[in-house]
Amino acid sequence: MKLKQRMENLNRRTRESIHGAMWLAPSLLGVAAFYIVPFFIVVYYALIDNPLMGNFVFFDNFVRLFQNQAFKLAASNTWRFAIVSVPLAVVLSLMIALMLEARIPLKSQFRTFFLSPLMVPVASVVLIWQVLFHPNGAVNEAMQLFGFSGIDWMQSAHNQIVVVLLFLWKNLGFNMILFMASLSNIPKEILETADTEGAGPIRKLFYIKMRYLSPTLLFVTIFSLINSFKVFREIYLLTGDYPYEGLYMLQHFMNNIFRALDYQRLAAAAVVMTIAMVIIIATLFIAEDRFGKDVEE
Amino acid sequence: MKVKLFFGRTGLFFIAAVFAVLFLLPTVLTISNSFMTQSEIDANYGMIFESTRPGVGTYVGDSVNLKFIPDKVSFDQYTTVLFRSPEYLLKFWNSVILVIPIVIFQVGIAAFAAYSFTRFKSKLKNVIFFFYIVLMLMPYQVTMVPNFLVAEWLGLIGSRWAVIFPGVFAPFSVFLLTKFMRRIPSVLIEAAKLDGANEFQIFSKVCIPQCRSALYSIAILVFIDYWNMVELPIILLANADSQPLSVYLSTINAGEAGVAFAVAVVYMVPPLLLFLHGEEALVEGITHSGSVKG
Repeated sequence: MKLKQRMENLNRRTRESIHGAMWLAPSLLGVAAFYIVPFFIVVYYALIDNPLMGNFVFFDNFVRLFQNQAFKLAASNTWRFAIVSVPLAVVLSLMIALMLEARIPLKSQFRTFFLSPLMVPVASVVLIWQVLFHPNGAVNEAMQLFGFSGIDWMQSAHNQIVVVLLFLWKNLGFNMILFMASLSNIPKEILETADTEGAGPIRKLFYIKMRYLSPTLLFVTIFSLINSFKVFREIYLLTGDYPYEGLYMLQHFMNNIFRALDYQRLAAAAVVMTIAMVIIIATLFIAEDRFGKDVEE
Repeated sequence: MKVKLFFGRTGLFFIAAVFAVLFLLPTVLTISNSFMTQSEIDANYGMIFESTRPGVGTYVGDSVNLKFIPDKVSFDQYTTVLFRSPEYLLKFWNSVILVIPIVIFQVGIAAFAAYSFTRFKSKLKNVIFFFYIVLMLMPYQVTMVPNFLVAEWLGLIGSRWAVIFPGVFAPFSVFLLTKFMRRIPSVLIEAAKLDGANEFQIFSKVCIPQCRSALYSIAILVFIDYWNMVELPIILLANADSQPLSVYLSTINAGEAGVAFAVAVVYMVPPLLLFLHGEEALVEGITHSGSVKG
């Protein structure tokens, strides 16, 4: 009797897991075929000398990669861009969210305005960026009006500023929505208690709101960081295949070795970047786990 | 106290207004400049495009003037884009036939997968879901190489299927839709079970109707992401004839600077219409993406 019941139980469970697998199959098979399996081939390519011989050389490709000047330049540019743009993207979007939270007039219209760049294709507005930051463009003319001398924006060390502005324009709205959602989840009673106890707005921000915002803050940071790696798109649309030195990003490096069909270097670069990304994402998970619990209690 | 609050709020309002103007400026300028005539664009912006078009017989201004309002409003550029030179519409059509299948199939396949993640839980499922999240967060630099290898094995390089397939199986929709589905009250599903519904009926009669706004918001997010795509097409679609307008826009210069603004505007019409129609759904979608956990 007991055995029969157990068998039935087991049967039900296998049936359920088979059923579950069926629902998942179309997606999982596609992901396996287009992402996961080829990724292991990439790892294999990164470890051999060339696909014809197939001799394992282990870390030679990686050593070669790290000695490559173009890779070093691309990695340091990508990193430098992230260091500048990510904190700005987080702080500015938090400020905008706090501003809209303060019940100013036309709040919902403002939200629409700030969100609109998300929907405007970057390809459509790069022309305006080119007009604004041309050596004889509008920004330089405005600067000369105030007595500064103009700058050749795109062909100097300042070209990252131009791209940072485009990046912020594009991404602040998304971050702002995340912060606004998180702000509206803060229990009103706590803020009211703080009010009656005479806490000022600054104090409320740092002692109460920030505690509740910390998981979102972390998520927005990681998300902006990942988006900053994708800034190639903006740069490509602004400058085409051959950007000026300060804007040569990892994606440019990848595209160039794609064209040279240097599979070993390509694979090694992809593996290095995967490892970097997994470390970043793991940090996100661990940190969210820790901070998230802190607030939920 | 009241007075102080009033000034505080007005001050914030003005700061917000300044930011709003800066945010809207590029879009508004692109739209307003698209109504200029060719000669006006040459006069104002000729220098920018000059380096790639030496010795054109028109007057080219010696500085770049940013103009908000054209001297003479004309629809010349639009008639050129829409009727006279078919190449732009062709590229626009390329974008459409790349993006529409990706949106439909990515969201459709994601619906089944999300149902599986929601209804049939197991340890293995959690691990798989974690893999999906990691994959979702990977930048193109990483996923591009595997995508390229598969396209090569299947002999798809240069064909639009090379771009469509990876897009269809991108895990973003699965992740977001699963988060929406997990919020469906389980009593609804239990009730359907008691009424004798089978799994497919629960899926199609309970889950999908409950997720209607979620499906819409995910479709919008996927659409804008792929409408903007640059990275995969320039690697996989070397032939300029099959590239989407997003890539082609960046190569516009010699002799066609005039229409560039009009093309840019035509290109932003579909996402802007979607935005105006579905802003609430979009905001909801972003809100739910705000945490990597369920």
